[in-house]
Amino acid sequence: MTSVLYDAPGPRTRRNTAIGTTVALVLLAGVVALAVVQLGANGQLDGEKWGPFFNPGNRYFTATWRALGVGLGNTLVAAALTLVLALAIGTALAVLRISSTPVYRWLVVGVIELLRGLPVVITIFLAARVLPEIGVTLPPLWYLVIGLTLYNCVIIAEIVRAGVAALPQGQSEAASAVGLTRFQVLRIILLPQAFRIMLPALISQLVVIVKDTSLGFIIFGFSEFVRTANTVIQFFGGQEEINLPLQAYTAVALVFILINYGLGKLAEYVQRRSGRASRSAAVAVRAPVRVGTGGG
Amino acid sequence: MDALIAEFPRFLGGFFGTLRICLFAATGALLVGTALAGARVSPVPPLRWVGTSWVTVFRNSPLIVVLFMFAFGLPQVGVTFPTLNGNAFFWPGVAALSAYTAAFVCEAVRSGINSVPPGQAEAARAVGLTFGQTLGTVVLPQALRTVVPPLGSVIIAMIKNSAIVGAFGVTGELFSVDAGNTALGYSALSSLTGVAIAYLVITIPAGLALGVLERKTEVKR
Repeated sequence: MTSVLYDAPGPRTRRNTAIGTTVALVLLAGVVALAVVQLGANGQLDGEKWGPFFNPGNRYFTATWRALGVGLGNTLVAAALTLVLALAIGTALAVLRISSTPVYRWLVVGVIELLRGLPVVITIFLAARVLPEIGVTLPPLWYLVIGLTLYNCVIIAEIVRAGVAALPQGQSEAASAVGLTRFQVLRIILLPQAFRIMLPALISQLVVIVKDTSLGFIIFGFSEFVRTANTVIQFFGGQEEINLPLQAYTAVALVFILINYGLGKLAEYVQRRSGRASRSAAVAVRAPVRVGTGGG
Repeated sequence: MDALIAEFPRFLGGFFGTLRICLFAATGALLVGTALAGARVSPVPPLRWVGTSWVTVFRNSPLIVVLFMFAFGLPQVGVTFPTLNGNAFFWPGVAALSAYTAAFVCEAVRSGINSVPPGQAEAARAVGLTFGQTLGTVVLPQALRTVVPPLGSVIIAMIKNSAIVGAFGVTGELFSVDAGNTALGYSALSSLTGVAIAYLVITIPAGLALGVLERKTEVKR
């Protein structure tokens, strides 16, 4: 087992590694024990705080999760709508950027760079505050979806553009030689292959979209998952006098981690299955690292 | 746009507030992230577990949830943050942003280390270089050059995520400038246009600088 950092371990290295493992385990156990003791001292280990979220026998369990479920449903609906809209608009933008006259191309590049430079909170807030001001009133879900779509469509446009650029020149040359128009070449030959290459990056972007729906909590009136959790915390704090923000946010975090971890594994699986040629694998690896992970 | 012109001093204050948050968070993220990357590639299994768990937790949680946990959860474990100018959320916010970005920095650095062909290190060892010499003269220079593009986009994403810290309740940041403008009666369009322009002033030159840096340190294999 050689890697770029160390060779196969000999007896002295094995002994050192064993010593290091023991020391690290002791330190780790110490830190965890310290944290648990502190939590216990602050009363955070009480059953009645963890019960509503993790104990099916607790009397609040079903009601809590029903309320949280509504929030989670809103979150997932917003994410799905955003993905569909951003895919459609993003692909259109990418096509515009590839194939139009220089004037339109610079216009599209300008729009893309502008929207990429803005934080997604700002685009969501813009949609939620400016649209009502100019007279367009929509259900709060649509403010979140519009804001998220504005931000993500340009990222997806860049992903699709990277996918089309990764295809060999011969594909489009052969297609034109056979007599297809520019638009037909894109639609029949280039885009389907580009999507297959870019599927892992698109799934990674879906993870980002699911996480960013939590920013909907800045829009008053829209109960997505995190805001619903806040409502649950306030209910318990006020009526039942049980102070449980730590437990609530742990539950929320666990749900998000499960969903996004699953999506991440799906992306890895797709990448493994379609990574036949080193070209597609290299591009697929580069694109998510450049565009996807940075998106936070 | 009139909000930007009339309230320029406050926008400037928010601009520098954002830069200050980003500077602290970037330092923390780069330090912790590199340490995490070291932990993830180390031969000691418990260190690998710590690294992998950190990355899994912080990459898959939204920044908002991380912020809530740092602001309300950490005090319960005994970690209290000092307040800055009366704002109790500044240090939890910066710490949360650091911890969150550190996970992405770790992945970027690790991909950089893994991008160096193993043959390089094998040849170095065959020639007789020690571990430190291999790392210092052969592996790290190549790894650092590959790491520049993903690290740059992680930092630019962190600058944009600082807006979330502002939305969470840290004052003095650009996002909170908008709240102040609304209180003063400016329309949302003019105020948010000003905020958007202020962010673009940070992110677009950063993106251009990253492009220049990428071209200079590109590794042509």
